[in-house]
Amino acid sequence: MSDFGEAAALALKLIVNFDSGLFAIVGLSLSISLTAVAIATIIGLPAGAALATYRFVGRHALIVFVNSMLGLPPVVVGLAGYLLLSRVGPLGSFGLLFTPGAMVLVQATLTTPIVIAIVHRAAEEQWAKHGEAFQVAGATKLQTLPHLLLIGRSQVLTAILAAVGRAISEVGAIIIVGGNIDGVTRTMTTTIALETSKGNLPLALALGLVLITISIILNGLAFALAERKTIS
Amino acid sequence: MTRLLLVIAVVFALGLFIGVRVSRAEDPYIVLASTTSVDNSGLLTHILPAFKKASGIDVRVVALGTGQALDVARRGDADLVLVHDPDAEKKFIDEGHGINRREIAWNDFIIVGPAADPAKIKGNKDIIVAFRAIWNANAAFVSRGDKSGTDALEKRLWKAADLDPAKAGSWYKDIGGGMGAALNTAAAMDAYTLADRGTWLSFKNPAQLTIVLEGDSRLLNRYDVIELDPKVHAQAKRDLAKKFADWLVSAEGQSAIGEFEMSGQKLFHPEADPKPGSTAS
Repeated sequence: MSDFGEAAALALKLIVNFDSGLFAIVGLSLSISLTAVAIATIIGLPAGAALATYRFVGRHALIVFVNSMLGLPPVVVGLAGYLLLSRVGPLGSFGLLFTPGAMVLVQATLTTPIVIAIVHRAAEEQWAKHGEAFQVAGATKLQTLPHLLLIGRSQVLTAILAAVGRAISEVGAIIIVGGNIDGVTRTMTTTIALETSKGNLPLALALGLVLITISIILNGLAFALAERKTIS
Repeated sequence: MTRLLLVIAVVFALGLFIGVRVSRAEDPYIVLASTTSVDNSGLLTHILPAFKKASGIDVRVVALGTGQALDVARRGDADLVLVHDPDAEKKFIDEGHGINRREIAWNDFIIVGPAADPAKIKGNKDIIVAFRAIWNANAAFVSRGDKSGTDALEKRLWKAADLDPAKAGSWYKDIGGGMGAALNTAAAMDAYTLADRGTWLSFKNPAQLTIVLEGDSRLLNRYDVIELDPKVHAQAKRDLAKKFADWLVSAEGQSAIGEFEMSGQKLFHPEADPKPGSTAS
């Protein structure tokens, strides 16, 4: 138990002292993960809603595919990203490897299926309930998409939060394409992996506690916003 | 709808705000593919500020095992390498990827193991005798198994002892991980492992592990910097990389390496320090 006590004390000390190194790392973690989730949201919201309303050949196969991608191993995405972004790879000329941009890319890949899958479920439900009414009112399917998202907004929020959770906690993909470069691509999770390998277990665990704290704050903010929404 | 948009907008704004802050204007930089031992031990953190001050160049360190570091450079994803596996380095250069290999520092490998020393290695100076003792005692042994410089040396030592780890029993644990992971595993399992002195001295979780063998001249550990051949790797930042390589072997770079200490012990010797024994491989 002393390990956990020591870690908790250290975590508290890091936060209270506004450790500048720690804050840079937290900032980078948040910026990469939130940018990735923003991309996943831009793609996933319309895609998920469209998947629920439009009927086309291969739709079921696509749904099965998207749902399978929920179990995508980050390390595989990281490896694929590395091979694509490497100098000799097809996207090598962009020079993205070992930059935050590469990390955003792999995290967007990991989180987009999450947003699509959950939004699809939510929109499908709303489409079954209200689809006919929309069509009677003369709305095209395209016009109904934003309304489906609006009615199912609490699940849409869940989708975004699930994506943030996946992104912020992920290490396997970003450590491969980012390279864990100090001050450039070192995030919360890659720092934890590094400190563990240095045998600096209390510090690693303390950083883990900081990560959990941030996660709680993010989810608390989202919850507060959602609550205000239902009250008003 | 507005609230939903608000939530999304907040997420976006946060991401973009911090994103912009991160992608600020940058100093010129090079990517150094290096081994975990020089990075995790703190050596690079110690010497890089001095180089930055002298040159204005940022060195972005990607710390991997030697095998992986050389592979990253082969694919053109680094501007130079700093590694410690003479055989793999020679292959890298023979393949036409690298030029201008220069030794920048050395230290040594050691065997660490449980203080109880079940294979009774302590007091012995011969690494081959020690490896045979571990084999005969079936004492737990952690192998890196990751094609790093340390792993390559370990495999060479088994071979020199006429033993084949592929035929070893379950006491031989191939973890496929870095030096830190190997030390953590050895600490948890009361196992022996081959470690570089730099990582060992900076390792914070030794538990009951202790050095059981050191000083065999076959355990010399030399670190070399290799630049990339511009004929094969036109994209590498050759001039900046050369500046760094030159600085490492310069008087200033060498004294920065030599003065790096942890709890009063030198982790790396400058290249010119006299090495123990002369038959070192």
